[in-house]
Amino acid sequence: MAIGEATSDSQAEGTGVEPAASGAGEGAGEAAHRQAVRRKWLLLAPALAILVFAASGPLLIVLVYSFLSPGPYGGVEWAFSTEGWFRVFFTRDIFDDTVGPADAHLSIFWRSVQLSVLTTLLAFLFGFPTAYFIATRERNREVWLFLITIPFWTNLLIRTFAIMEVIRNEGIINTALIALGLIEQPIQILFTDFSILLGMTYVYLPLMVLPLYASMDKIDFRLVEAAYDLYATRWQALRRVIFPLVKPGVIAGSILVFIPSLGAYVTPRVLGGGKNLMVGNLIELQFGQGRNWPLGAALSITLLVIVMVALILYVRNASRSGAEHG
Amino acid sequence: MATAAVEAQRVSKVFGEGPDQVVALDAVDVQIRQNEFFTLLGPSGCGKTTLLRLIAGFDHPTGGSILLNGEEMSGLPPFKRPVNTVFQNYALFPHMTVAGNIAFGLEMLGKGKAEVAETVDRMLKLVRMEALKDRQTSQISGGQQQRVALARALAPHPQVLLLDEPLSALDLKLRKEMQIELKRLQHETGITFIFVTHDQEEALTMSDRIAVMNHGKILQIGSPREVYDHPAERFVANFIGETNLIEADVLAIADGSARLRLGSGVETEADLPDGMEGRNRVTVAVRPEHASLADTDPTLSGQLETVVYFGTDTHYHVRLDGGDLFTVRTQNTRDGGEAHAPGSPIGIRIAEKSVQVLRD
Repeated sequence: MAIGEATSDSQAEGTGVEPAASGAGEGAGEAAHRQAVRRKWLLLAPALAILVFAASGPLLIVLVYSFLSPGPYGGVEWAFSTEGWFRVFFTRDIFDDTVGPADAHLSIFWRSVQLSVLTTLLAFLFGFPTAYFIATRERNREVWLFLITIPFWTNLLIRTFAIMEVIRNEGIINTALIALGLIEQPIQILFTDFSILLGMTYVYLPLMVLPLYASMDKIDFRLVEAAYDLYATRWQALRRVIFPLVKPGVIAGSILVFIPSLGAYVTPRVLGGGKNLMVGNLIELQFGQGRNWPLGAALSITLLVIVMVALILYVRNASRSGAEHG
Repeated sequence: MATAAVEAQRVSKVFGEGPDQVVALDAVDVQIRQNEFFTLLGPSGCGKTTLLRLIAGFDHPTGGSILLNGEEMSGLPPFKRPVNTVFQNYALFPHMTVAGNIAFGLEMLGKGKAEVAETVDRMLKLVRMEALKDRQTSQISGGQQQRVALARALAPHPQVLLLDEPLSALDLKLRKEMQIELKRLQHETGITFIFVTHDQEEALTMSDRIAVMNHGKILQIGSPREVYDHPAERFVANFIGETNLIEADVLAIADGSARLRLGSGVETEADLPDGMEGRNRVTVAVRPEHASLADTDPTLSGQLETVVYFGTDTHYHVRLDGGDLFTVRTQNTRDGGEAHAPGSPIGIRIAEKSVQVLRD
């Protein structure tokens, strides 16, 4: 928000100067202001159009569908029903109609949150030193950054299958370990939570590295020298100086990793083997085999709410602890 | 004599390798005394900042050793040296307040909360910044940032304070104020100050002693008066103040002084730098203010080329008979003095004991 305000201010200033310089009277200031406002909306228009037609619109459809009845072969029937939302949280026994909590859904949501938090943490643990390494190079930073983006050149699905090829029972790791005589039976890596974690960390790592690098690049490393000079050990300099200064990057990177992780579909599908579901797979199931579009829609909205709540809590918390340091 | 606060013994620093190799410091020897305001003076790239960074521990020498109060510092990281630095760009922590910045070093040393608070207040008072204690460092002016940087570096009471061109970003008026302020702080705290600058005036006004550096070497160390009045080398004479260089024949040498004959044929006494070997022909330096225009009995003679009026004084540029240009500076008086027309022949008289022989 603050950034948006700042730019609109400077814009108003910029456009305000021209008519004033041309010597027009008092009305010129007002005209300039109107012009500035118009320009602001014109600049915003493309983004707004996309937001309305490509995001808010479909989201509204999803919201409406969540309150309709499922059609017999998928799709929806236009009859109001809260059954979809009811089924998000509760199950009804098909024989005696007893109602119980929807343990399966809750555990899948919980697993998804856990895996996404872990993915974000791992991405940070691997991404921070990587970004620091690149930001402290004296030359060829572009080359290193370029290397970080290379994985994006290949389709996600292909990359995920490549990981599968590496970690499956007959894959490179197990074959090598057996050949070396370290193990006799292959270790089950594929189709575990670990394999999902591995896949997601790999896929989303660049999304952590790039914003971290962007904030580290702005750090004046003489500040680190100043910290050393003032008796800070390397660890203290990292904690008291570098970390607070790259915090915006940490926040941005965590958001960029956490959100897609929570809704991940391909990675858990391929590496989790259909057994270890995440929310994304559960939603797909309802729109596909489950033929329960209202439930799928309700689950989607639930996921959205979880993401929003998590984001608000995270950003608020992060900026507060920032204020304490400052 | 007491142990030197800082001693550099044949310290060298080479950056890069092979053909790209740059010798930043070339076997530098220097002893900096306790409680001294010591200035490293030289043009950019002369190695003064490199020497400072070696003392602080940010870089490590390729050869020789650095002693602090007689203790070998080699291999010690900056956070284990009782030395603090005021950086050229201040390097204040942007995510901390003024007080937070000053407290940083004390906190890192593990001082108690009460002691930190008490010292921070004392430091704020010392640099007259009490009112801005809780400001963010981005909300204060350059001169104020300078004071905070000083307070931050002084707060842990280091044995030696290093200052890396700390005044270069300030405007002239503020710079003059801070020069006096720095001198006061050094006096009040009794800490050894090592000050790096390329500004000869700054060096002359503040220092107890000055080391003039060029090309990774210290050319001369002495009090401001010594390096100004008795420059040992051409570079020193030129770098500090304005100077006239003229050639002379050596007639006789005896304990620290020489009898010379100038181009005009006039004979004069001149001071010799230490360790100067006998030579037939030497270059001598004469300060413009140590010479005057004279109609009778001149030391040198030539033709007046230009007259430049500076308010407090006037510069006369004289083309000597030998072809060299010689500048005479005279203090102005209200009566305007004698008028000299450019182009007219003119004589120059050099004051007694004002000729300094240069080593090269």
